[in-house]
Amino acid sequence: MIAREQYEAFMTIVRKEIKRYLRIWTQTLLPSAITMSLYFVIFGTLIGSRIGEMGGFTYMEFVVPGLIMMAIVTNSYSNVVSSFFGSKFSGSVEELLVSPVSNVVILMGYVVGGVSRGLLVAVVVTLVSLFFTDLTVHSYFIVVVVVLMTSTLFALAGFINAVYANSFDDISIIPTFVLTPLIYLGGVFYSMDLLPEFWANVSKLNPLVYVVNAFRYGVLGVSDVSLPVAFGMIIIFTTLAFGYSMHLLNSGKRLRQ
Amino acid sequence: MIPALKIENLSKVYDNDFEALKGISLSVEQGDFFALLGPNGAGKSTTIGIICSLVAKSAGKISVFGVDIDKDFPAAKRHIGIVPQEFNFNQFEKGLDIVINQAGYYGLAPGLARERAEKYLRELGLWEQRDIPARMLSGGMKRRLMIARSLVHEPQLLILDEPSAGVDIEMRRSMWDFLRRINAQGTTIILTTHYLEEAEALCRHIAIINHGKIVENTSMKQLLRQLDREVFILDCLEELPEIITIEGFSTHRVDDHTLEVEVQKGQHLNPVFTALEAAGIHISSMRNRANRLEEMFVNLVEGAA
Repeated sequence: MIAREQYEAFMTIVRKEIKRYLRIWTQTLLPSAITMSLYFVIFGTLIGSRIGEMGGFTYMEFVVPGLIMMAIVTNSYSNVVSSFFGSKFSGSVEELLVSPVSNVVILMGYVVGGVSRGLLVAVVVTLVSLFFTDLTVHSYFIVVVVVLMTSTLFALAGFINAVYANSFDDISIIPTFVLTPLIYLGGVFYSMDLLPEFWANVSKLNPLVYVVNAFRYGVLGVSDVSLPVAFGMIIIFTTLAFGYSMHLLNSGKRLRQ
Repeated sequence: MIPALKIENLSKVYDNDFEALKGISLSVEQGDFFALLGPNGAGKSTTIGIICSLVAKSAGKISVFGVDIDKDFPAAKRHIGIVPQEFNFNQFEKGLDIVINQAGYYGLAPGLARERAEKYLRELGLWEQRDIPARMLSGGMKRRLMIARSLVHEPQLLILDEPSAGVDIEMRRSMWDFLRRINAQGTTIILTTHYLEEAEALCRHIAIINHGKIVENTSMKQLLRQLDREVFILDCLEELPEIITIEGFSTHRVDDHTLEVEVQKGQHLNPVFTALEAAGIHISSMRNRANRLEEMFVNLVEGAA
């Protein structure tokens, strides 16, 4: 299959994915806006005003980058996991598998679909946050790069979850019991400086620590971890997730008999 | 001429050690209308699954229009259109979107994809329903939607797995006409079916698979010639006597006006008409029993068991 045909196949998957989450926007876009508004009200305004400063910023300023990143992570993940598992469940994944479209194009089509939803939700949540605080950006370049890398990483993670899932329960177990705790313990609501040394070291195994801090650096110019280390860890996690996703597709595991 | 499909010593052993295919070989000529028959679990769907890459083979070789799937599967796939037995599309998507997306997966640009989708949805009588979510379509419409989807990249080989399942008689006949038309235009067609009448009506060649082995592979005419007996049903104007005997023939009185006569290979029917005429019975119509192929199929399958 020549490059132009692969491109058309890629664009078809991306268009289909975007059309899917826009068609059900009340399930895909609206919940994040509402949830994040509640977080801004409760943690930022009500509780935050009693907490005082964190990392040299008001609590609201400190928490906003983490909350935006939280929305990106959950949306890019859940878009791919629900869409790809849905296509497995309905059998429509066979439409792709019988066609000459390459495995890398299948993967990238779904990932870009997830990334686009992550970006769209990020814009929505950022606009919502402007009702609660003045947002100044330290480095637009770092913000954009971190958002793209993070949404790619978690879209890939969602894909792996979807391949292994056998039921709709299986696609909610990982977000509920793994992703949410990692997000909450990833420094969204607090600075790593507040943790005892042991737990601060344990936190370094959590990929969310790096994405939250790298993004916070892009917005506020401060981070609990060094920026090169954060970028290095995101790249390592993304490479591993991409390699494993390709292995699943190439081996046909749980997709072909 | 290069065969449309060539299968050599194809084997499949599933992870649970079930041997679904035991080294089958098959060749389908270009332009043929080919039936692959067999009881449930015989290996038909496994064979089709391997051809279109949904099932990994354990051993053997497959080439599609001369393209070895082990060397260039994407090129081989471009020749194939597949209509599976189960509905395997997103039930929430519109029919038009389903067909356009499939065209995109085969690398067609959006303009051409839409053009082709319209062409095949119109040909299959689904254009008016193009904006209806697939779940709202009837079973027959869903089946035709899958045919439109399979043709959108204009494959040279169309494979249909039980295309008549859940389709009413009228719809089935119009689908047969459509399949005959595209076959006449040059598309090679392979179908699996439980309706032996369908295979007889459509196909020129037939292979019967059972327990993972090909037990018969011949032309439909040749297969029908192998029938050593045939049962004719005679509709009689006059009431039949309780006991009716025709020398040399086995008969069965179905009801007051219907008689079944078994004719062995080499016999002719004239003595039957003569005997009935002598008994004052006139024949208003006559037909052969529709399941004549079915009987042969059962014999072949049971013989191979």
